[in-house]
Amino acid sequence: MIGIEANGRTVEAKAGETILSVLRREGIHVPTLCHMEGLEPSGACRLCVVELEGSANLVPACSFPVSEGMKVRTGTPKVLEARKTIVELLLSNHPDDCLYCSRSGNCDLQKLAGDLGVRQRHYREPRPSRELDVSSPSIIRDPAKCILCGRCVRVCEEVQAVSAIDFTGRGSRAMVTPAFNSGLNMSSCINCGQCVVVCPTGALAERSSVQEVMDALSDPDLTVIVQHAPAVSVSLAEEAGLKPATDVDGKMVAALRRIGFDRVFDTSFTADLTIMEEGSELVERVNNGGVLPMLTSCSPGWIKFVETFYPEFIPNVSTCKSPQQMLGALVKSFFAEREQLDPKKIVSVSIMPCTAKKFECSRPEMANDYVPDVDYVLTTRELGQLLRMFGLDLASLEPEAADSPFGERSSAGKIFGASGGVMEAAVRSAHYLLTGEELQNLKIQPLRGMAGVKELRANVGGVEIGACVVSGLGNARNLLDQIKVGRDDLHFIEVMTCPGGCVGGGGQPIGTERDAVKSRMETLYRIDREEQLRVSHKNPWVLRLYEEFLGKPLSHKSHKLLHTTYDKRHVPL
Amino acid sequence: MKESAKKVKAILAKYPDSGRDALIPILQDIQDELGYLPTSAIMQVGAHLALPSSKIYGVATFYNQFRFQPKGRNHITICRGTACHVKGSGKLLENAVATLKIKPGQTSRDKLFSLETVACMGACGLAPVITVNDEFNAKASPAKLNRLARCCKDEITQERENS
Repeated sequence: MIGIEANGRTVEAKAGETILSVLRREGIHVPTLCHMEGLEPSGACRLCVVELEGSANLVPACSFPVSEGMKVRTGTPKVLEARKTIVELLLSNHPDDCLYCSRSGNCDLQKLAGDLGVRQRHYREPRPSRELDVSSPSIIRDPAKCILCGRCVRVCEEVQAVSAIDFTGRGSRAMVTPAFNSGLNMSSCINCGQCVVVCPTGALAERSSVQEVMDALSDPDLTVIVQHAPAVSVSLAEEAGLKPATDVDGKMVAALRRIGFDRVFDTSFTADLTIMEEGSELVERVNNGGVLPMLTSCSPGWIKFVETFYPEFIPNVSTCKSPQQMLGALVKSFFAEREQLDPKKIVSVSIMPCTAKKFECSRPEMANDYVPDVDYVLTTRELGQLLRMFGLDLASLEPEAADSPFGERSSAGKIFGASGGVMEAAVRSAHYLLTGEELQNLKIQPLRGMAGVKELRANVGGVEIGACVVSGLGNARNLLDQIKVGRDDLHFIEVMTCPGGCVGGGGQPIGTERDAVKSRMETLYRIDREEQLRVSHKNPWVLRLYEEFLGKPLSHKSHKLLHTTYDKRHVPL
Repeated sequence: MKESAKKVKAILAKYPDSGRDALIPILQDIQDELGYLPTSAIMQVGAHLALPSSKIYGVATFYNQFRFQPKGRNHITICRGTACHVKGSGKLLENAVATLKIKPGQTSRDKLFSLETVACMGACGLAPVITVNDEFNAKASPAKLNRLARCCKDEITQERENS
């Protein structure tokens, strides 16, 4: 421990840490743009400058290490003037269309300009004409709004190990672009949307489907059904200005009905179904010498990652569609038959914490007879937009239950929203399916928490099972590389694209930090703790669905509706 | 394997077990050999150095020396150094872009011309300087550049008529 002086107050600091981390711990606010918690500082934006006694220049707090007795001041006129100038320069060639910007109201640049009192234009630069990249089904890139902070580049490289984008050009011509300045759709981008969540401006945004959904809702000939993913109900509160990580499941269902959706279903239902299908697939692979380890297939960013970077692992990936696509397929088959509806007259919408789901629903395999399983995907953010558009206040809505037949879920399906949740649900059911007995303790602690890699060794019905859970594709890449060079102790691997799982997804509220992800995760496990029905194989509607429609897991009908195939992708790596 | 891919492979063979620090020398060698950096070559380099192509493209676009289109039959460079700028190389460039209908770094569709700007050629006493196929032209003017371009075109027409 060493002592430093911050704004005249002596505070303790750990040797080797940065000025910024000390100041944040002490509750002293220092604005940042390029800084990213948990990654090496880059010191690019200089907004975090502070005055250091004995130093002629201001120093960047984010990358300057503390030393014994150093005296730091954060609010001097020199510091504030420097920060203001930086923001003014960033604004000098920034488009002035804030009112029309997708990030208006939660833009870091806008907030900084306001906080620092920028009210006049001192610098005026010609605006470079930069083409909008609308090529991706998930993400819209607007380089004109980019301030070159590099957060997207770093999350893509350091967290996701994808590196679809990087800085190109130099000086005033510098831009963040995919390789060869192509569109995102032609790049190795996996659509995870982590870049969108970390972008401080409107340079990256999801491709919105709000208008398409509104059009469908206003067409009386169409039956518009909606499903919501497990992680949405624990994140939406932030969009609606409620206490973060509150579970608003029932209120959200009520709101979706007010918006005009004809049926509200819960994707957690097909999460339960996934456990039945994927669990059976795993048992079959183990018993019949199939390709192992089996990799989960719920996370569409991960699927595209395998297809792009590790096509040799395609046989390892479970053939199960994701819960979103399973529910979509059932809506346009079982549900349509039951309600005597023409599948072409059903519009299937899903609310997802994810931008990659927008890509997934557009995959040609995810359709039956040219009728897509899911028509439109809205992110948690877009649902927030809908709520505001319709003037719906979640706080005052009475909770309502989801619709039959796909409204009932076990809490095992609900914890799919957290990294480790799929595995935990699978272990609970696998134990029952293999031994005929319920697991004594349903809480499987080693699979929980924010760690990027979690492992479990379990004896299920006399079979030694090695399981591994990874989230964040950097961790997935490491694991696949280990397997490539011979690691063979694993049978089942759960991969979620985003750190922490869907609770930290790329479609979640802007400004999502690690703590927010953690508390959403805790809420999911609290829901599980308080639930009666905690195992997928006891979900009564799942059982009924097999009895009335599908037959049994991995049946012909299941294969047709609930399973899919993957292909190698030829894009510049 | 295409001819150019074979050439790139031969270049890469000169850099076994290399890391990212070998990137720029490799790119320079490829450009020397092929005259530009084709997409496929960048991907080959990426596979060799275990670097994403976005990163290689980023590095390559940072430096003016790298081209992404093959050079034209007549390669024109215009000096944009300080002395040449003062002597009107900006006008010269504008004129070249208008006449040749290509921007710096590009090659015309008939592959006759390619254009490039350079920072300084070290011939400030002759400013403004342009080169056509590495031949220096001192005290260039838009008229002189147009004349040179016309010469090049005539040469081609002549050749075509002869064959």
